[in-house]
Amino acid sequence: MGHVIEHMFLFLVFPGLLFTAAVGFLLQWGDRRLAAMLQWRVGPPPAQPVWDVAKLLGKEVIVPEQAWRRGFLALPFVALSAAALAATLIWSAALQIDVAPVGDLIVVLYVLAIPALAVMLGAACSGNPLGAVGASREMKLILAYELPFVIAIVVAVFQRRTLGEEVVSASTLSLSGLVEFQKEVGAIIARPSGLLAFIVALLCCHAKLGLVPFDMAEAECEIGEGAHIEFSGALLGLLRLTRALLTAALPVLLVTVFWGGMEQSAGGGAVFLLKVLLIVVIHVLIRSTSPRVRIDQAMRFFWGPATLLALIALLLAGSGA
Amino acid sequence: MAHVIRIGPYHPLQEEPASFLLTVEGERVIDIDVQLGYIHKGLERLAEQRTYDMVPLLLERICGICSATHSINFCHAVEDILGLAVPPRARYIRTIVGELERIHSHLLWVGLAGHFIGYETVFMWAWKYREPVLDMYEQLTGHRQNSALPQVGGVRRDLPEQAFPEVRRTLDALDGQVEMLTGAVLDDPVLAARLSGVGVLTAEQALAYGVVGPTARASGLATDVRADEPYAAYPELDWKVITRSEGDVFAKAVVRLLELKESIGLVRQAMEKLPPGPINAGPLHVPRGEGIGRYEAPRGEDVHYVRSNGTNMPERVKVRAPSYVNIPSFRASCIGQTISDVTLTLAACDPCYSCTERMAVVRDAGGGSEITFSDLVRLGREKTLRIARELGRKPDLDLEIG
Repeated sequence: MGHVIEHMFLFLVFPGLLFTAAVGFLLQWGDRRLAAMLQWRVGPPPAQPVWDVAKLLGKEVIVPEQAWRRGFLALPFVALSAAALAATLIWSAALQIDVAPVGDLIVVLYVLAIPALAVMLGAACSGNPLGAVGASREMKLILAYELPFVIAIVVAVFQRRTLGEEVVSASTLSLSGLVEFQKEVGAIIARPSGLLAFIVALLCCHAKLGLVPFDMAEAECEIGEGAHIEFSGALLGLLRLTRALLTAALPVLLVTVFWGGMEQSAGGGAVFLLKVLLIVVIHVLIRSTSPRVRIDQAMRFFWGPATLLALIALLLAGSGA
Repeated sequence: MAHVIRIGPYHPLQEEPASFLLTVEGERVIDIDVQLGYIHKGLERLAEQRTYDMVPLLLERICGICSATHSINFCHAVEDILGLAVPPRARYIRTIVGELERIHSHLLWVGLAGHFIGYETVFMWAWKYREPVLDMYEQLTGHRQNSALPQVGGVRRDLPEQAFPEVRRTLDALDGQVEMLTGAVLDDPVLAARLSGVGVLTAEQALAYGVVGPTARASGLATDVRADEPYAAYPELDWKVITRSEGDVFAKAVVRLLELKESIGLVRQAMEKLPPGPINAGPLHVPRGEGIGRYEAPRGEDVHYVRSNGTNMPERVKVRAPSYVNIPSFRASCIGQTISDVTLTLAACDPCYSCTERMAVVRDAGGGSEITFSDLVRLGREKTLRIARELGRKPDLDLEIG
């Protein structure tokens, strides 16, 4: 029984839902404030992302007549729980809380794909033609970025180093194993293969977060929020909350897998936070300096240059570089 | 399977009331239909109930952007009836006002174009640069948007020449900013990849659909009323008609950006050469007759028709704004494209829906009931009373329904 309560606490409060949401809201505020600075605007106050979601949670939910009601109502919860689960696993590895199952890396990759799938299915349930267009774009986008993303993560798993006579290899499917490995031999990002894989994974995370230039599934100017079009009130609030969780979880995942994770000290925490912030800044710079591309252009990008880069990184990792 | 998706009636791009029905197969658009009639204001009818001196003030309100366009063009049409030559100073003042309007209109479009493609930074920067242009407009005319300057036979007020030095300084700063913006757009590989080859309107199609303004000039047709049928001070100033041959969305953006530079030059020259003398022809009597006005609005050729019956009010005023002839060309430029490209193409001719608006007549809608003006008044009052009753307070109206 105590075990269940402990796990529920990990999932719902720390480091899962509540904690990640708080970090996510802060990062979203930083993101919006920085984008505003680039665009000669003032930007919102720190609590704005919280108010946005809180306001939505208190509003009426409208279910379209033509929607498949059960699916439409359930899928935002699926998206949120998947994001919270992924966040719990990622943070547990980063903070070295010893709860994660063996092979949690695979679980994380799998669970991270669920929010996008849920949004896609929710849009398909809504019965709105614009939602259907958004769903089809979301599906194509998932197909496009998952391949290079997985390859990039595998690059980290395949890392090996020669320490004197001894060859050390990561060869682990657990996030904390990767952190241990990097403690021993240094950050994966410091090697050419690691850096390449990190760049590819960062771009895939950019698409996972639905940021410009890869926001075509929502594209408010074209298809009026597309996949989100029929979601209103609390359901939309849940989707926004999911986005906030991912905003925090994905950079943490990148830092954990490629950039050494967190040192167990006060200074280590600060350095970790700086790395996460740097990734958020890169996201902001990309989204503020590019136009939205068409879905076919996005697919060509991810299956072409991005996958190629990831494969090169994989070959480099195989040869020990 | 084909299905119809609707962009509008609140246009998600421009927050204006127009509706585009796209018949799509997957993402490919196979047919397009335009529905207007959501915001008919009846301005032509109202213009027939105003004196010639009042109508320009009314027609300024046709469009939120082209205020000088419509009021000057009405004057052109009436001056055509009169066979009147406008005093030189008034011609130069009209040029300055008209070109400032073109500058702020093109900057507005560049910003919106950035917004359409999710490039919010361009949106914010273009509109930031547009703000001083509106300030200049205010310094010169007293208002950011509606100058109330054009008058049949000239202009109503003179420009304050003491403001010219500051306007020149603002223009100098704007010159650099526009150059930077043009360079940023022309050199951006992602923008080129996104916009080139999208929504191509060939020169033949442009001619067949009779498109005007930057939409035509981007397809290689050198049509510009300022050059073809010169008015105001344009023949006396040094400028050139910008054309591009590609006909795609990128070419339309380039044409507008390069025109910005020409317009800045025109304002500078017109201020430099502003001749002394009277600013209008004095009180006029408009005889019986018909007149046509042509004017190069920021979006293309604007045509006004005025018929006079010899009284002090026009008998008929007819406005044909440029968007009205540009919008049908979507059939040529949009069909076969994807939804993402179509929404860009729709925006690329800078459609102005209030100018384009026509009364929509619904035939055989069933019921056969007809609502008159007094019916509308009665329904409005009933609603006010009902709301008051629901809120449990005394109605603001102290009226009997009868």
